Amino acid sequence: MAILKIENLHKSFGKTEVLCGVSFEIEKGDVVSILGSSGSGKTTLLRCINFLDRADAGKIYVEDKEVFNAKLSNLSAKDIRKNQLNFGLVFQQFNLFPQYNVLDNVTIAPKLLAKESSEYKRNKKEITEKIEENAKALLERVGLSAKLLNYPCELSGGQQQRVSIARALALNPKVLFFDEPTSALDPELTGEILKVIKDLALKNTTMVIVTHEIEFAKNVSNRIIFMDGGVIAEDGAPSEVIDNPKNERTKAFLSKFNELNGN
Amino acid sequence: MFPVLQEVTLHLSEGFITTFRIFIITLLLSLPLGLIITFGSMSKFKPLSYIIKTFVWIIRGTPLMLQVIIVFYGPGLLWQLPAMARMNAVLIAFVINYAAYFSEIFRGGIESIPKGQYEAGQVLGMTKAQVFFKVVLFQVIKRVVPPMGNEIITLVKDTSLARIISVPEIIMVAQDYVSGQALIWPLFYSGLFYLVFSGILTILLGYTEKKLNYYRG
Ligand SMILES: Nc1ncnc2c1ncn2[C@@H]1O[C@H](COP(=O)(O)OP(=O)(O)OP(=O)(O)O)[C@@H](O)[C@H]1O
Ligand SMILES: [Mg+2]
Repeated sequence: MAILKIENLHKSFGKTEVLCGVSFEIEKGDVVSILGSSGSGKTTLLRCINFLDRADAGKIYVEDKEVFNAKLSNLSAKDIRKNQLNFGLVFQQFNLFPQYNVLDNVTIAPKLLAKESSEYKRNKKEITEKIEENAKALLERVGLSAKLLNYPCELSGGQQQRVSIARALALNPKVLFFDEPTSALDPELTGEILKVIKDLALKNTTMVIVTHEIEFAKNVSNRIIFMDGGVIAEDGAPSEVIDNPKNERTKAFLSKFNELNGN
Repeated sequence: MFPVLQEVTLHLSEGFITTFRIFIITLLLSLPLGLIITFGSMSKFKPLSYIIKTFVWIIRGTPLMLQVIIVFYGPGLLWQLPAMARMNAVLIAFVINYAAYFSEIFRGGIESIPKGQYEAGQVLGMTKAQVFFKVVLFQVIKRVVPPMGNEIITLVKDTSLARIISVPEIIMVAQDYVSGQALIWPLFYSGLFYLVFSGILTILLGYTEKKLNYYRG
């Protein structure tokens, strides 16, 4: 059973068609990297899947259940929220909440969510403690146990991004999406984020990572999707897509990358 | 000399009570009204937002003194309505005027919050209301306190406009001594009231700003 299935997704902004029919499936435990040149529609794809933008055509299934169908009537705010809770999204710019400390950044959403459960009134204290313990465990996993009470402005970019990863994980998403998680970081800080993602991959976290770090993508993922001009130009194992690309555009993209890196 | 000082102090204090009433009532009513105007001007329903924006433009583009005069004399001369209490006319004009200014400050504050804050809240499964109240609002408050502080200090001094329709605020009382008894010092004395009051407000505002500065951004 595919944990996520995208069928023929289209999205235009005004007259420019940005997604021109994107389809793929992801199985539980997959780590998929999405490569592609700037403007090829990677961010737009993630935004449509996470309901920050609405696709104009196409369908989205989560665990074989149709959660979005552009043809059907509008989703209610409640449905959208429910769908958004299936996934996590890590932004390029972190987008931490500056007025909350690290621990609160991670616990705020689960706490708000817990208040809606029928059990909450009876077990308030226990539930809150559990959320906090879980958050602390996640922050330990990303190496930030010493920073629980610090504010985002007191952290380096790399540390902020690790908080935002813990924050997304705190809701137990079925799939965790990353949109260029290291692009806003100084080069010497990218390593710590890549290490965290690698560690998540080893623990079988299902992930979709938009990245320009080709070496990393090859290392961490079991599948690479290459996007070009709003469609998937190539989709396969890293050994196929990166080492033996068939598509001309993929070849051009990779050789440009190799040139830049002096290989 | 001392009986005079006592008498002047008493009279100026009475004037200051009027000044303070205009100040505090205007502040308390124009803040919530300003927030409502902000939501109106940011409304997705375009006609509403245009009407509100035009209204704000008119209020901010004309002198408060003119507005006070129009509110006081307008209804009677235009529609033969009975005259309203002078103080009420002052309060209506002041509340509307300051609500218009505050609404622009609120709008600036809300619009300065990066889109990413809303989106981060959304993908974490927060409702629109939760995003506004738990994530955005506090950041807006932090951003609007400094410009709000400037307006509040201006309001302290603007209260003196009430005298244009003979509401006996402190300067009017002080000026009576100039014209009636050829005494100039009550005018300076009235200035002292303003200095002390705005000084206290400045300290309070500075303290609030400092409290909110526990984080950057
Ligand atoms: N909200 C929007 N309004 C108008 N055009 C948009 C909007 N968002 C994206 N686009 C356009 O859609 C195209 C694809 O954008 P997208 O951000 O998805 O590309 P990307 O693959 O993520 O690129 P990058 O690698 O630079 O992040 C671009 O040409 C962009 O200008
Ligand atoms: Mg992008």
